[in-house]
Amino acid sequence: MPETVAIGARTTVAPISLRRRVTDHVMTGVAILTVVIVLAPLVAIFGYLLYRGVGSMNWAFFTETPKPVGEQGGGMANAIVGSIVILGIASLIGVPFGVGAGIYLAEFGRNRLGKAIRFTADVLNGVPSIVIGIVAYAIVVLYQKHFSALAGGVALAIMMVPTISRTTEEMLLLVPQSLREAAYGLGVPYWRTTLSITLRTATSGVITGIMLAFARVAGETAPLLFTAFGNQYWNLRADQPTAALPLQIYVYANSPYDDWHRQAWAGSLVLIILIVTAIAAVRYAVRRGSFGTA
Amino acid sequence: MPGPQPVEQAKVTAVPAPPAPLLRTSSGEIPDRVFKSAMTACGLAVLAVLGLIIYELVQRSGLSWHAFGFKFFAASEWDPVNEHFGALPFIFGTLVSSLLALLIAVPLAVGVAVFTTEMCPKVFRGPLSFFVELLAAIPSVIYGLWAIFVLVPILSRYIQPFLQKTLGWTHLFDGPPFGYSMLAAGVILAIMIIPIISSITREVLMVVPQHQREAVLALGATRWEMIRIGVLRNARAGIVGGIILGLGRALGETMAVTMVIGNRPEIAKSLFAPGYTMASVLANEFSEATGDVYLSALVEIGLALFFVTVVVNALAQLLVWTVTRGQPARGSA
Repeated sequence: MPETVAIGARTTVAPISLRRRVTDHVMTGVAILTVVIVLAPLVAIFGYLLYRGVGSMNWAFFTETPKPVGEQGGGMANAIVGSIVILGIASLIGVPFGVGAGIYLAEFGRNRLGKAIRFTADVLNGVPSIVIGIVAYAIVVLYQKHFSALAGGVALAIMMVPTISRTTEEMLLLVPQSLREAAYGLGVPYWRTTLSITLRTATSGVITGIMLAFARVAGETAPLLFTAFGNQYWNLRADQPTAALPLQIYVYANSPYDDWHRQAWAGSLVLIILIVTAIAAVRYAVRRGSFGTA
Repeated sequence: MPGPQPVEQAKVTAVPAPPAPLLRTSSGEIPDRVFKSAMTACGLAVLAVLGLIIYELVQRSGLSWHAFGFKFFAASEWDPVNEHFGALPFIFGTLVSSLLALLIAVPLAVGVAVFTTEMCPKVFRGPLSFFVELLAAIPSVIYGLWAIFVLVPILSRYIQPFLQKTLGWTHLFDGPPFGYSMLAAGVILAIMIIPIISSITREVLMVVPQHQREAVLALGATRWEMIRIGVLRNARAGIVGGIILGLGRALGETMAVTMVIGNRPEIAKSLFAPGYTMASVLANEFSEATGDVYLSALVEIGLALFFVTVVVNALAQLLVWTVTRGQPARGSA
């Protein structure tokens, strides 16, 4: 019924002038054009990355360490492992602190301290990664007297905490209050309620936050420049300079050698596959889980 | 914890409290307290980290601050050998490259946001915003790699000669079209900040109430007029917030810029000339800095960068909050 009323009403409205109709169409066209212009680099980057990356990958890339300047071949095996070590250290430090801070904000943080922490986390999120690198240099490298995987891990952990804590808080707040009350009513202490009921219910959302933070720092180069520093050889010790995939890509990209450029592309493809897989996993988890709005 | 009064009253009126739960709570009290303090410690760690950042930056830049004072930010000489340090070329480079990036990115990002929220068929909405946000997931160093091998050649072969021919009279595009330049830095930064600005703008546009749109349409507006009058005008503050958040990101961006800007501490009028930014000088020189004053001068640049980005980000958060009413904007995922 309402439709007929609307149609009846429209006939009495004066027709829209040509100028206004043209403007409308032109602006629609402009908006579509902006989408095309924005998506063009995306397509260009991924296309070129696949084109150069797939062609450059070979078995040696995944199994060998870099060859000296001038020699062909070699790979980034040590950088791939180094990245895993550094990211492992970062997660080991960053995840507990991030989740803990998130629990504090959601469960105990309805006060001024909570507000201050929330604001600080948002500020930390915006601090340039290179500045975080300086601080990690000052507190770890200067103390140890040499570059190390640990310093790189600390720098990345500092970058992970704000993202993890804020998403954890958001996800815990989505858990219905009645669940907490039910557990409390059964005589379960508050800490058990929080860990086994609230956090458990929000698991998929919390993991989403962790993966987002992980994807964000996985490609970070700037904070590793003077913390992990890079290494041409194998190193599995946390207190020694360590190669990392993004660092190796940076060094090779700036080099004048074609063979190193080729490996930089292969390294980039490996890195982007790692990150996109993490993000796709997040999207999948979010779609399946009942919580999560990321 | 409920206030003390109701508890008192309940105790007076009700039958004596059953002993079992009381026992349970008293045994659970210590673990509860430990748990709360552990979580509080994690929260305090966030504050401590920020405190540590400020402390380290201030303390380690002291030497340079004592040596040069405010002149550090006004002098344009950067001579590590003779230990004369002035940060002006880097400040200039950071500002110009970021503003150039905004100039390119803002119209595009707002256009994309308007298209996805107001014009796009519902089916494409999800995939489109996913693709735009995928741009945000690409690491800076890969942008740099792509820029070296694709963007810079395109700029030097096609775009720069074209700009020189058409806009040469402005003298903004003087000099040889070498590729590695302030212009290249601005373009790659623009590509990198578009997803941030457009995702915040989209969020802000989505919270504009539907009846605003309906009201404007009911007055006989076309779709564009509805967007202009009913949507964009209401979302202005939030869009500006998104733009400033993008600016904050551009100011601190390091790798991609370092790889294409040319890294020469000079203040040139031409956008074709190489430049240097605060973040790039840190990336290039920090691990090789010899001498305490040199290192201290670099840390002072870091401190300045930190201070500026914090102010810019706080301002942006405030503006976005006024529109979305306190829901945090997720700009930097």
